[in-house]
Amino acid sequence: MCSSEIQSPLDAEAIRADFPVLGREARPGVPLVYLDNAATSQKPRPVIEAIEHFYSHYNANVHRGIHALSEEATIAYEGARDKIAAFINASSRKEVIFTRGTTEGINLVASTWGRANIGPGDVILTTQMEHHSNLVPWQLLAQEKGAELRFIPATQEGELDLSGLDDLLDGPVKIVAVMHVSNVLGTINPIKQIIDKAHQAGAVVLIDGAQSVPHMPIDVQELGMDFLAFSGHKMLGPTGIGVLYGRRELLEEMPPYMGGGDMIRRVELSHSEWNELPWKFEAGTPNIAGGIGLGVAVEYLSRIGMEKILAHEQELTAYALERLSEVPGLKVYGPPAEKKCGVASFCIEGLHPHDMAQLLDAEGVAVRAGHHCAQPLHMVLGAPATTRASFYLYNLPGEVDALIEAIYKAKARFSL
Amino acid sequence: MDDLYRDNILDHFTNPRNRGLLENPDIEFADDNPLCGDHLHFTMKVDENDRVVEVGWEGQGCAISQASASMMSEHIIGKTLDEIRGMTKRDVLDLLGIELGAVRIKCALLSLKVIKAGAYGLDGLPGDEEI
Ligand SMILES: Cc1ncc(COP(=O)(O)O)c(C=O)c1O
Repeated sequence: MCSSEIQSPLDAEAIRADFPVLGREARPGVPLVYLDNAATSQKPRPVIEAIEHFYSHYNANVHRGIHALSEEATIAYEGARDKIAAFINASSRKEVIFTRGTTEGINLVASTWGRANIGPGDVILTTQMEHHSNLVPWQLLAQEKGAELRFIPATQEGELDLSGLDDLLDGPVKIVAVMHVSNVLGTINPIKQIIDKAHQAGAVVLIDGAQSVPHMPIDVQELGMDFLAFSGHKMLGPTGIGVLYGRRELLEEMPPYMGGGDMIRRVELSHSEWNELPWKFEAGTPNIAGGIGLGVAVEYLSRIGMEKILAHEQELTAYALERLSEVPGLKVYGPPAEKKCGVASFCIEGLHPHDMAQLLDAEGVAVRAGHHCAQPLHMVLGAPATTRASFYLYNLPGEVDALIEAIYKAKARFSL
Repeated sequence: MDDLYRDNILDHFTNPRNRGLLENPDIEFADDNPLCGDHLHFTMKVDENDRVVEVGWEGQGCAISQASASMMSEHIIGKTLDEIRGMTKRDVLDLLGIELGAVRIKCALLSLKVIKAGAYGLDGLPGDEEI
């Protein structure tokens, strides 16, 4: 196959025109090939403009001022919540908690639901594949409570091994915390199956959606999700804003996360009553511009269509895997394209991923190298580090060609 | 950017000097660069005047970290521990003959960190010395 034969349901060329950064050069004379989307995505003009518009036209604090600007800011910020609730098909806007990102969402659940529901000897089940942000909070909680951590194993092919799931779920398993899509390999995990089994075993499930919500349609009700955490910056939105979706009954029962303004209904000197959802979990002045920007980002994604975005990325990934497999001495990690979305990770013997990334950068190709915050998974894969190219809706087949060409140049530099 | 991988660096990366740990070293220290998983383990022997007479090391990682370790292993032979304690980031960059950005410099400086920590005989450097 060659790049001109790729059939994409999207007009990625037209989409690119909305992204100012994609028009720049990596350095003078070297076009930018941005393939580091799993780390963070670029931002389209409507998102950038919405943020600018907020600060230049109606900047005010939300939920408190009785004046025109505050009213407008509150409507826009809370309107963003509605858009996000619709985007993931939450049954109520009360289930959409704004956070700083995936990491904060997971920590919120571990500190509130976790502290209230996990006791000595209870089990927290997660996987060997997780990003550190869906592992370390559970380690902290397990240490504090004397709870047991269990792990669904990952195979060398980069998939979860569910053959022992029933045994792993046997006993006082209170929560199952699993990533939907691997940030290292792009593996799409069978979360519906895991959620159903976990529910049968009486456990609550938290899904790390950092790499799935940006790339595919997500329906929290259809999947039966209890908690879903994701980050705005990986889905065309600004940094510093993310979402924790939580099923309402669970959120209602949970103690608050941080104490302060906005999260209270009534405060007396010795105690307080909590505000209603979702504000109970949003202490202090929130990231107003960030929330508004994320609302515009999900509108942008919905207008294009998440099905199409997924299909486009899978086309690109399949093409990238095919081209990578032609490079002598190169090993690709993870399952085949149809089980993946948007990620191709690889290594070349004798060329450390950091050196690879540096040499690709010399050609304008931006990728990520390292353990991608998933050291335990790299132990399973038997590679301390990998080089990762990750795609999004604006990437072109020609950019895969540029990646491959740059890889050949890097190999030549190291006489490989 | 390509000139990060100058011939001297690739030469030390491909043919590392003083590789292999010493038996019964007087000084031994290992450390990692958590960012990228570079790992270095240095062993040294010193004479009665605290002068380094032999160095042996092992490690894994990128070309910059490994070349820097190889160059340092040659550079410190004949130096006193006091001299090693006085070495700086500049010395490493001069040895490598390149300038590095904020991210990659950590790869280059791991060797200095390990050798200095060994020279101080501590689990790390005194204070929060920036290297
Ligand atoms: C799978 C996964 N989980 C969690 C995170 C953490 O997201 P954030 O840094 O936005 O909190 C990331 C981001 O790298 C990720 O890829």
